Amino acid sequence: MSAIVSISNLTKTYASGLQALKSVNLEIMKGEIFALLGPNGAGKTTLISIICGIVTPTSGTVIADGHNIQGDYKAARMKIGLVPQELHTDAFETVIHTVTFSRGLFGRAPNPAHIEKVLRDLSLWEKRNDTIRTLSGGMKRRVMIAKALSHEPTILFLDEPTAGVDVELRRDMWAMVHTLRQSGVTIILTTHYIEEAEEMADRIGVISKGELIVVEEKTALMKKLGKKELTLTLQDALTEVPAALAEWKLELKADGHELHYTFDANADSGTVPALLKRLGELGIGFKDLNTSQSSLEEIFVSLVHGGKAGGAGK
Amino acid sequence: MSNLSFNSHGVLAIYRFEMARFMRTIWQSLVAPVITTSLYFIVFGSAIGSRMSEVGGVPYGAFIVPGLIMMALFQESLFNGSFGIYFPKFTGTIYELLSAPISSFEAVLAYVGAAATKSVVLGLVILATASLFVPLHIAHPFLMTGYLVLIAVTFSLFGFILGVWANSFEQLNVVPMLIMTPLTFLGGAFYSIEMLPPAWRVVTLFNPVVYIIDCFRWSFFDMADVNVALSFGLTVGFFVACLIAVSIIFKTGWHLKN
Repeated sequence: MSAIVSISNLTKTYASGLQALKSVNLEIMKGEIFALLGPNGAGKTTLISIICGIVTPTSGTVIADGHNIQGDYKAARMKIGLVPQELHTDAFETVIHTVTFSRGLFGRAPNPAHIEKVLRDLSLWEKRNDTIRTLSGGMKRRVMIAKALSHEPTILFLDEPTAGVDVELRRDMWAMVHTLRQSGVTIILTTHYIEEAEEMADRIGVISKGELIVVEEKTALMKKLGKKELTLTLQDALTEVPAALAEWKLELKADGHELHYTFDANADSGTVPALLKRLGELGIGFKDLNTSQSSLEEIFVSLVHGGKAGGAGK
Repeated sequence: MSNLSFNSHGVLAIYRFEMARFMRTIWQSLVAPVITTSLYFIVFGSAIGSRMSEVGGVPYGAFIVPGLIMMALFQESLFNGSFGIYFPKFTGTIYELLSAPISSFEAVLAYVGAAATKSVVLGLVILATASLFVPLHIAHPFLMTGYLVLIAVTFSLFGFILGVWANSFEQLNVVPMLIMTPLTFLGGAFYSIEMLPPAWRVVTLFNPVVYIIDCFRWSFFDMADVNVALSFGLTVGFFVACLIAVSIIFKTGWHLKN
């Protein structure tokens, strides 16, 4: 896969002195769904805003679908669609007018058939003649997406696409994003919802304090950084972890009824059988056992609070 | 994919969008100014005009027509020019303009073009309304039309700058209400500056609106209180100053971009 967005040494320092981005390097591959995670103020929206032309970078370059976003900004922007985080709409316009307006604004000749397709795909066709102020929050969010898709972009930025929407609409949007990807659109989304990134993304980037601290395939990231936990429910409660089990660094929980063992699923592959064998030797019986893998959310928290955990970039 | 050396679709999209708002708010945009102007004719033209039959050989009712058209043109050009760009800033939809493949020249062409179109239409409608009240003979019709367009474009540009500068609706109204309205009333819209005492006449000459109204009145009646070439030159100078200011705004992103 070739890169459709290449970001090199991108920095942004606002007039207030706030350094929002610190030499960010990143390549987004054509046709992928890339999730950018980070806490509030990490620099996610600044990064997206620079690529889309809303914020001027302090230094660095961005190439979007072969076009420099500053030197060749018209060609670059024609390839990009943006769905911003906030619901910014023209309240008194009708749905079809505002979407048609967006297509023209982005330099495309009128194409009623395409507008109809976009509106139908987003379940907006029946509402096409309604003024936007009469729509629900979820429908307004769909209008924002329709506007972003009106000029047939090859790169779509979704900034917190499901913030404040109900579960049903969130699921609909996830399905829509997958459909868009199948049609060849590259999707970059920022989200606070780890579940969202876990559900949709091919790759994940974590940004913190203006620095991209990790970029990794989602499955590889979970595999690399994911911790597993083994929980043993004991037949008889223990008052303390026996000294003979010290090497496993076990934790005793639930008033001595549970033993918890946290391990690296990749590096410590042989330790669980050894632990079970030792428990048998010590005559410690258990009536149930359960293993769980750490979620992306836990990985994210450990990355943000624990500093760099992997290489940034491609 | 269209050739984007000039984003004609983008310019047309903004222009149509702005004109659609004009049509949607036709009562506010067109009917209200026409009613206001008609009231001026009734109050000034009939009530005062009956006591002051002529100014420089022109019937008073006809004499105030150019000033009334200019008053409406200033207000509407400033309002339309500023509102067109301020409203997207206020609602947040400015993100779409900033992320669109449209140059600053194209954006200004569309917004100012639409604002000026509305003002010219309004000016012509007021002129037609005036002709119902008083007999009008326009000495230089082409120059009158050209100057009308120049003023509409210039003050729409000025309004655009105000719209970019303003951070609130209150700020948006500061210049039209607190500066332009007094300057217009004191700028010879309803009288000839020759009618003023000599000291006030000198003071009035520092009011730039005097030159604009006087130049426009000259195109109607072929008579002027000040040098027409000077008035025209000042108007063109103000137009160029607005153009330079707008180009700097877009170059620096002042009040538009971070």
